[in-house]
Amino acid sequence: MIALSIMVMAAVTYIIRAVPLCFFKHEIKSRRIKSFLYYMPYAVLGAMTFPAIFYSTDSVLSASLGMAAALIPAYFNKGLMPAAISAAAVAFLTGLIF
Amino acid sequence: MKLKDFFDGAMKGLPIALGYIPVSFSFGMLAVQAGIPVSAAIAISMTNLTSAGQFAGMNLISAGAGLTEIGMTTLVINLRYSLMSFALSQKIEKMPFIKRMLVSFGITDEIFTVSSIEQRKLSFSFMMGLIAIPYIGWALGTILGALTNNILPEPLVSALGITLYAMFIAIFIPAAKQNKSVSAVLIFAVLLSCIFYYGVKELSSGWATIITAVAASAFGAFFFPKKEDEMN
Repeated sequence: MIALSIMVMAAVTYIIRAVPLCFFKHEIKSRRIKSFLYYMPYAVLGAMTFPAIFYSTDSVLSASLGMAAALIPAYFNKGLMPAAISAAAVAFLTGLIF
Repeated sequence: MKLKDFFDGAMKGLPIALGYIPVSFSFGMLAVQAGIPVSAAIAISMTNLTSAGQFAGMNLISAGAGLTEIGMTTLVINLRYSLMSFALSQKIEKMPFIKRMLVSFGITDEIFTVSSIEQRKLSFSFMMGLIAIPYIGWALGTILGALTNNILPEPLVSALGITLYAMFIAIFIPAAKQNKSVSAVLIFAVLLSCIFYYGVKELSSGWATIITAVAASAFGAFFFPKKEDEMN
């Protein structure tokens, strides 16, 4: 039964992912639709980050300070790794202190 | 395979993998605590490669839910991937069907956003690198979480929960700095997402993400349509 459940989850997830990419081969020319697709990753990122980031650790305080620690390297274009490490480090230290 | 592209993708996949490890670690841990066998927890991660969808599925399995309910829940939570898959169809190089099938498997929120901010068409080799490393991280985290069951100190696991979000910030802040219309779309998305989260609690997170992504992108496309040379 568990194996069957896992197969259902995997199949549904795969079909959702594969159908558009595998079957839509036409190049879109419309400027509006192209713009829509251009903005989509940012819309997805914004929606996924907030407000979820505030609840990503044990306390809103450590998450907020961790977020601030990510904003600084992000602002100076330091890449993904420094932001991830400094956020986790600050959240960890805050968690230890408070 | 173009090795250079593969390594480029793999390097860009490395921070994603790092962010995945704590999430999949907690998945493995919670799945075993919920009474799911270690092998099943690992199988879920290796065949699904999703976060929210897997957590929901795992809870349903341990509650003894039926296949229809499991299938429908998975569909609703993961439907956003078809939007990303559609966007990627415009971004990948011409490639045969079988390669498209392989790339499709790796469409996650993180892999999608990292690949779609690339300023060029995406090759198959690049995508394989970008998918392989996070996939390994996702599987490895699950295995460790399922086997060791809480060997990492709790404060550390808790702090690591922020890494994926910190990564998201590191992706969108530089883009928003450069581009006012991207900032506008981001602010729109964040506001809408907060309204859904605090105001419309009945809406599942899957639907909230879909509606927010579509509304914010449409807002951008309507008010700030891009010129041809600004996109790629």
